[in-house]
Amino acid sequence: MKSFGGPALFLDRSDINTDEIIPAKYLTEITKEDLKPYLLEDLKLPGFDPKSEKTTGAGVVVTRANFGCGSSREHAPWVFEVNGINAVIAQSFARIFRQNMFNCGMAAIELSAEQIDQLFSFADVADAAIEIDIEKGSLTVSGGGRNEAMQFDISPFDQALVLAGGWVDYADKKY
Amino acid sequence: MGMTTAEKIFAAHLVDEPFAGTKVLKIDVVMCHEITTPIAIADLMARGKDRVFDTTKIKAVIDHVTPSKDTKTATQAKMLRDWARRHEIKDFFDIGANGVCHALFPEKGFIRPGNTVIMGDSHTCTHGAFGAFAAGVGTTDLEVGILKGVCAFREPKSIRINLNGTLPKGVYAKDAILLVIGHLGVNGATDRVIEFGGSVVADMTMESRMTLCNMAIEAGGTSGICMPDQVTVDYLWPFISDSFASKEEALASYSAWCSDPDAHYEQVIDLDLSDLTPLCTYGYKPDQVKSVTEMAGAPIDQVYLGSCTNGRLEDLRVAAAILKGNKLAPNVRGILSPATPQVYKDAAAEGLIEIFMEAGFCVTNPTCGACLGMSNGVLAEGEVCASTTNRNFMGRMGKGGMVHLLSPATAAASAIEGKLADPRKYL
Repeated sequence: MKSFGGPALFLDRSDINTDEIIPAKYLTEITKEDLKPYLLEDLKLPGFDPKSEKTTGAGVVVTRANFGCGSSREHAPWVFEVNGINAVIAQSFARIFRQNMFNCGMAAIELSAEQIDQLFSFADVADAAIEIDIEKGSLTVSGGGRNEAMQFDISPFDQALVLAGGWVDYADKKY
Repeated sequence: MGMTTAEKIFAAHLVDEPFAGTKVLKIDVVMCHEITTPIAIADLMARGKDRVFDTTKIKAVIDHVTPSKDTKTATQAKMLRDWARRHEIKDFFDIGANGVCHALFPEKGFIRPGNTVIMGDSHTCTHGAFGAFAAGVGTTDLEVGILKGVCAFREPKSIRINLNGTLPKGVYAKDAILLVIGHLGVNGATDRVIEFGGSVVADMTMESRMTLCNMAIEAGGTSGICMPDQVTVDYLWPFISDSFASKEEALASYSAWCSDPDAHYEQVIDLDLSDLTPLCTYGYKPDQVKSVTEMAGAPIDQVYLGSCTNGRLEDLRVAAAILKGNKLAPNVRGILSPATPQVYKDAAAEGLIEIFMEAGFCVTNPTCGACLGMSNGVLAEGEVCASTTNRNFMGRMGKGGMVHLLSPATAAASAIEGKLADPRKYL
């Protein structure tokens, strides 16, 4: 089973939309790899720099509510994927983005507002990292010499998609 | 217990329920455009599965950037075109016949009450205006749709919104949906269907119902849905007259898809629109809504009329009625993009195109273009557009640009005054 997680990138705002994740002008690219330089290019957040090592070296994104709203572009999960980010943890997701993540065999994990606050207590820790176990529905956040474990719910279908490596493989076998 | 329209459609299309809460549905219409489909085609080819489940249920159009503006967009168009030819997809619309997907496909009569519809485009919810379940999906869902004709959903609960009273003069479907989004918030309907009803919806044309359902996604909704009725039958009649002996028979058949009187809703919201005034957005989220009265005088650089939200004939009529005999203010530029070739032709025949041109508007070919900042009217940094489109995210119409979402009437009044303006004084 593929492992999920890595160094954490904290994006402290709700309603981050897919235009901010990957602007429409790059939708003319026809390979996922070509999207790589444009990750979160138009996102404006205090202290956030799309070109910083913190961003480009991340393995997991932690954010607030309604992440991935707006356009249906799967380029949003793809731009994370080609940058080595295979999981997003949020208080909630827009439906299409969430489905796109699982359809690509990536993880969109929903936690309560309190749990998200707990994760954000690691936001200023330089070596903050999160490891996710999809099968057990658990994750561990660590950094600055402390660590914390959390449980999360994931639907059995989403879990099956991740295990199958995505929806095309799953559906092709089954339907 | 009765059922909602969405529940009836889910029950009738259920292929599999692999896990509790996940329903795999048979899809009646799979729509494709040149931005999100080529990667699905490339992936199918790489997997050695370059097939389509049904050549008659797949509809394709080049609409987002057309005519192509550079090598990359030309390549995307070519990939879609070659694929459509290779698989003999009859309903493929190329330059000369192409228009904005969510305006073009309804105009061709492709959507029927009770249908399931998917497309790799978030505004697919528009087609719920016909009493269909229509959902925007990503490229992978689209790919499986093309290959297998199925798609998986968590069965959505329905939120019923009753738009009561009557729309006052100068207030339109766009104002009504901005009110609804302001009420629900940008994620108030996530994993939900927004079912529209009430006297205002009953009085609406299909075009207005499409405007309403088009923006369901801006509140997070999976699909907007209106109940099929006589208006639906009249609109579809040219396409269905061979299938039914009479309009009465068609209405009786389609009415089976209407929500039952004792259907269960997660939430029922009653809004009286009799005193509604024109609305517009003020920030970078579609739920940031204020009255145009409050916003009047706000500076603008461009007025844009078009898109899957408000680029149809009735929208052009409303705007032209206000613009007739007037000129664009010297500080603004105006762009009209009729949503389809038919809209363009009809508008020309009615003399509307001349009114726009006399007023100083540039009239472009049908395309999604500027709405998502890809072509034909992209903003410069710091510029502001009064726009009849559906999304006002920061930079949506061009990096550093801002968009006020509003009705065609408010767009026309704002064009004349060169700043946000209330259309009611021109009516």
